[in-house]
Amino acid sequence: MAERVDSDQPGVWLQMRGICKRFGATVALDDVGIKVAAGHVLALVGENGAGKSTLMKVLSGAIKADAGQMWLNGVPYRPSNPLEARRAGVAMIYQELSLAPHLSVEENIMLGMEPATLGVVHWKQVRRRAIEAIRQFDNPELTPDARVGRLSVGSQQLVEIARALAIGCRVLVLDEPTSSLTQQDVDRLFELIGRLKSQGKAIVYISHFIEEVKRVADRVTVLRDGKVVGGSDVAAITTDEIIALMVGRQVEELYPRSARQSGEVVLEIEDLAGLQKPESASLQLRRGEVLGIAGLVGAGRTELLRSLFGLEPVRKGKIRLGVYTGPASPVRRWMQGAGLLSEDRKDEGLALSLNIADNVTLSRLRGFGPLGLVLPSRQDRATQQWIERLGIRCSGPRDLLSSLSGGNQQRVALARLLQHDVDVMLLDEPTRGIDVAAKAMIYKLIDELATGSKAQRRPPKAVLMVSSYLPELLGVCDQVAVMCRGILGQTHRIDQVDEHKLMLEATGQETKR
Amino acid sequence: MQGPWNVLRGVLQLASLKLALALIGIFLFFVVAIGVQEAFKVHASNESVLAELEKAGVPEADRMRDPRLASPLRRGLEASRRFLGRRNLETIARQTTLVGVPALGMTLVIISGGIDLSVGSVVALGTVVIAWLLKHGGMGPVSAALSGVTAGALVGLVSGLLITSLRVVPFIVTLGMMLIVRGVAKGIARQQTITVDPQGLDWLLASVPPKQGWMLLPLGVWAWLILAVATAALLRYTRLGRHTFAIGSNEQTARLCGVPVERVKVLVFMLGGAFAGLGGLMQFSRLTIGDPTVAAGRELEVIAAVVIGGGSLAGGEGSILGTMVGALIMGVIASGCNQMGLPNWVQEIITGAIIVAAVAIDRLRHRRAA
Repeated sequence: MAERVDSDQPGVWLQMRGICKRFGATVALDDVGIKVAAGHVLALVGENGAGKSTLMKVLSGAIKADAGQMWLNGVPYRPSNPLEARRAGVAMIYQELSLAPHLSVEENIMLGMEPATLGVVHWKQVRRRAIEAIRQFDNPELTPDARVGRLSVGSQQLVEIARALAIGCRVLVLDEPTSSLTQQDVDRLFELIGRLKSQGKAIVYISHFIEEVKRVADRVTVLRDGKVVGGSDVAAITTDEIIALMVGRQVEELYPRSARQSGEVVLEIEDLAGLQKPESASLQLRRGEVLGIAGLVGAGRTELLRSLFGLEPVRKGKIRLGVYTGPASPVRRWMQGAGLLSEDRKDEGLALSLNIADNVTLSRLRGFGPLGLVLPSRQDRATQQWIERLGIRCSGPRDLLSSLSGGNQQRVALARLLQHDVDVMLLDEPTRGIDVAAKAMIYKLIDELATGSKAQRRPPKAVLMVSSYLPELLGVCDQVAVMCRGILGQTHRIDQVDEHKLMLEATGQETKR
Repeated sequence: MQGPWNVLRGVLQLASLKLALALIGIFLFFVVAIGVQEAFKVHASNESVLAELEKAGVPEADRMRDPRLASPLRRGLEASRRFLGRRNLETIARQTTLVGVPALGMTLVIISGGIDLSVGSVVALGTVVIAWLLKHGGMGPVSAALSGVTAGALVGLVSGLLITSLRVVPFIVTLGMMLIVRGVAKGIARQQTITVDPQGLDWLLASVPPKQGWMLLPLGVWAWLILAVATAALLRYTRLGRHTFAIGSNEQTARLCGVPVERVKVLVFMLGGAFAGLGGLMQFSRLTIGDPTVAAGRELEVIAAVVIGGGSLAGGEGSILGTMVGALIMGVIASGCNQMGLPNWVQEIITGAIIVAAVAIDRLRHRRAA
């Protein structure tokens, strides 16, 4: 067979070659190829928007590549949908688990392939196969009868993996599997990966966390802007080299930092507690300052910003924003000169079925016409200015948000804070899921805002920024505090911390203050 | 550039031009169909007349002079022209107003992401309140009419407050209100229709007398058109309107941006109720009785008008012009089927098919755009 070109490379179980995919004008994948041998783990790393997810969607048959070929064990493989991919032995474990929370573990594992005669399920057989699948996980929480919705996230993930194994998958793709796991669950998962390797599975491991990659993978392939920019045995490459490949530029260029001048304290909170999280948070934010909040997902950072902004209740503690004290509703917060950029762009941050102008001006529909009327032409004029300044790629202010890319959507969300001209910016994961160009723009913008400009009579603003990406915090902020299990630690000057120290504090391993 | 041209362009942008074309298409279809049907009818009757005459032994030359014979072509054209004529257009407009007025409010409610199932009951309540006040309350026609509208607004206010304070979805709350309001209407009317002298309120939707031909359309229809323009402007040029869209598109975003979500929702339901109450006034004008059982299921026709007009039940989408065209499409179908002598069930099947088709086409368009 002419297409079996890889028979000269024994052991290569999965190969993708020359994969290209474009969405409209954007090239998502450009001539990308990967190889995974049986019993090996390939780490796929890259920034958000580098093309990892798109590549994996091609692999799983969720989307079709414009060009390129794939082989499974040397046999051409062209899935037209995820079900076909599963049948061919390729299983994806996504960040968002696709389990039925109301069903039991065994029902979930065998979902869609229950052994049955005339529609009557053979429950004994279901149980036998489910037990077989979960036995190797060695996790006491996993019993065939347990309701999946009551399991911890780590255990749920195992159920998903068990499902993949039960149908005999040989290729497992783990997409950011550790992002919502506890340290203990992460260790368990890595053990499991080791066992799966020894069973001869080919594993693709996608992650942002380079340390994890170094720990679990055999080889690493780095993607940037839809291209493979490097690949190596994990043992032969350093963390810094991987990061340099991912970012593709020197760190200093990405994070501009002007001489900033700290002013008066504009936001002060003391021992703030929400319903569950945060448990206790105190901080002071000055004009002309960028204060970063680091921490793991689920530590309560988002809840802190939300309770500050009146989107979640405040149980106790003091808040002072400018001259205003106490908790307040979002309506008041906007009036008091604060604005929140939501971490959840799609579900909270933006109204995707509305146009750019409406999204930008929604928080303050005043001054767009006489008698309190909102004249669309004036909305458009105000919006056009931000489209130009932030470089939002669109055909005009009346474009629907749903037609924009993630980076451009985020620019629109930021434009709302700028249009409202808030003094205190609460930014929750401002660069999540956007391309490098948009990130660079946002870093530059944050710097400009915090610096202000005397010539243009723009006073410096205060920025409170939550991020899970430590290099970004270190690059942008003047100060940083770490949140761990609902408790916000002390504020550090940025030159007194490094990634390692922040990570220790975030994982609660550094108890001393 | 500000100016009337911009306003007009704005209104047109919102509406689906294709929908208007569909309306014209459906209308022309009926014009032709009615003419053809009439022609065939006349032809058939001619045949049978001729056959009869032949049987009776009338000589062939005399047969053609029989007064019962008519030209199929001429009679067909006449029938077509009747459907196109002012009298019929006016009837369609009057009939459509009954659905069209509550549909204005429903458009607001649906754009905000809600739904109001109590519209039919509110229309009935409106007729009952007006009739009762005219008969027993000693009110003049104007204050009785306003009371009917107010009653509707109050129902909307209660729905809105229940939805926002109990955090129960609009579907359930207004389903409950549908029964409650229907019950209240029946209670006020003591389970009977209230017959009363309309004191001029019937004039609202009566056909235009020849002397006042300059009015072109009955006052009620004009009221509908003017209110439609006002509502469209409200949606497009006011904060309330933009907030309504924002809430329907993404309630969380609206809340994040400091939109007073609860207040806007209550207002929207109140407006919806007021328009339904006004629908009750129109209904009363048409029938001149207070009837607590009238307009059962009207809410579904109203929702259908909004949905045909491009409104999305998920919220955030919809337009007044679309809704009006949607209501007109249903009005034209009803009138056309009526005049073709098609039974009611055929009309229902056609309307149902149009609803599904309109929405399916709309989704298809959306998917292509996305």
